[in-house]
Amino acid sequence: MTAITQIRRNDQPIYLDYQATTPMDPRVLEAMMPYFTYKFGNPGSRSHSYGWEAEEGVEKARGQVAKLIGADEKEVIFTSGATESNNLAIKGVAEFYKDRRNHIVTTVTEHKCVLDTCRHLEQQGFDVTYLPVKKDGLVDLDELRAAVTDKTVLVSIMAVNNEIGVIQPLAEIGKICREKGAFFHTDAAQAAGKIPLDVEAMNIDLMSISGHKIYGPKGIGALYVRRKPRVRLVAMIVGGGQERGFRSGTLPTPLCVGLGEAAEICMKEMDGEAVRLTRLRDRMLKGLNAKLAEIYVNGDLERRIPGNLNISFAHVEGESLMMGIKNLSVSSGSACTSASLEPSYVLRALGVEEEMAHTSLRIGLGRFTTEHEVDTAVEELVHHVTKLREMSPLWEMSQEGIDIKSIEWAAH
Amino acid sequence: MAYSEKLLDHYENPRNIGSLDKNAEDVGTGLVGAPACGDVMKLQIKVGPDGLIEDAKFKTFGCGSAIASSSLVTEWVKGKTIDEAETIKNTDIAKHLALPPVKIHCSVLAEDAIKAAIADYRAKASKKDEPKEAAE
Repeated sequence: MTAITQIRRNDQPIYLDYQATTPMDPRVLEAMMPYFTYKFGNPGSRSHSYGWEAEEGVEKARGQVAKLIGADEKEVIFTSGATESNNLAIKGVAEFYKDRRNHIVTTVTEHKCVLDTCRHLEQQGFDVTYLPVKKDGLVDLDELRAAVTDKTVLVSIMAVNNEIGVIQPLAEIGKICREKGAFFHTDAAQAAGKIPLDVEAMNIDLMSISGHKIYGPKGIGALYVRRKPRVRLVAMIVGGGQERGFRSGTLPTPLCVGLGEAAEICMKEMDGEAVRLTRLRDRMLKGLNAKLAEIYVNGDLERRIPGNLNISFAHVEGESLMMGIKNLSVSSGSACTSASLEPSYVLRALGVEEEMAHTSLRIGLGRFTTEHEVDTAVEELVHHVTKLREMSPLWEMSQEGIDIKSIEWAAH
Repeated sequence: MAYSEKLLDHYENPRNIGSLDKNAEDVGTGLVGAPACGDVMKLQIKVGPDGLIEDAKFKTFGCGSAIASSSLVTEWVKGKTIDEAETIKNTDIAKHLALPPVKIHCSVLAEDAIKAAIADYRAKASKKDEPKEAAE
């Protein structure tokens, strides 16, 4: 296998948004190619070699995904992505067990697809508890323990947050769920392939995985569904009964193969990659801190995946900063980048002031990020933050020692 | 989001950044918006003895459209009387910069900033006159 050092063209900006999506690893593409062309069979065809060949590809991939999370391959089903996996896990469990238990526990910092699924279930008559998080972004285990009752069917808590990269205490959460007899679902879209996950050690009953967050293809994901003790689901998509009846539809063989290959590469390279990315992240933060005052990391820095930084650059609005750093592709928690004009609900949940949420950038590092890219990014950020602060009335006031909170601002 | 060339030009090369002495009698200062909303504009005008605005400066915390809107109005108000400056409409600003609909509030804020600066100047001017009247 060849080592890939750069995947973007030289005329493209530096990609620092690895929590949004990742480029596909060329090794993944290579594994997928035959399944687009001559190995095109339907994995459901049992009567000829085309079908057998495709089935072999799919089953190998299922095993590769299972191995990444310490599961049995029979417990992995393929979906179209983490959004579908989250929908299926939460709605499927809620629907199946509704006569016995009708309460779900989740947190306020979950991905929208979990929150919206829970809202949907509330409309159907289920009770949902949305737990707050602490200042560091982590769930309070005592609050969790208090929230789970004998009516709780499911606890759904994400493994790693997509905005601030913090890692929830999965093993502790799993233990509480097991004691209370509630199923534990975790949205591991941002965690799989980045940190070690073990469904046995962590007592995880359902886990959602996304292909495109782990250098695999878009349009594919997986849901782990525990067999012992068995978790039952009502399917959302019915038809030919594929995927143990949980998810009908002909499997997209090349995508399944790509997800499997991506999972295997992540597993092999995880330890080395974590060390490399932590070093790059520390280099970036050190570089920024050396030249800029009043920058704040949102979320816990220790209990965090290596490839994420979320920083508030005080007194500089996020969208204007992104307009300046044209050569860097990042994302912002500022309102101005969202359709809703509301700043990030995740940062607000941590207790980050609205004015600070407006100044935040999410910087995602990943497999193809180089030291040179990090140094360039630091240089550009320092230049533009300094320039924008020179034109910021808030920066001027703070330099003059005026407390911005003491001013009566007219909300508009 | 695709921005117009004029907007990008004002963002890249903002005109009249800076501050005037807010305590000076011939300077009017407008500070509008709120940090929590992601937009704060400070706009200052200096009015000459002939009643014309001879200088204007701004500082803005906000998105690119907010920066461009405030930069543009500092250009527009210079050389105008305060009565003329007061007639600048947010729609003119939005049209000139081709602001997308979600950014119209930036032009509204820029109009508010001019009005606030003028109001501050007028308040100072009338105060200056008061002691004289009292002496008469």
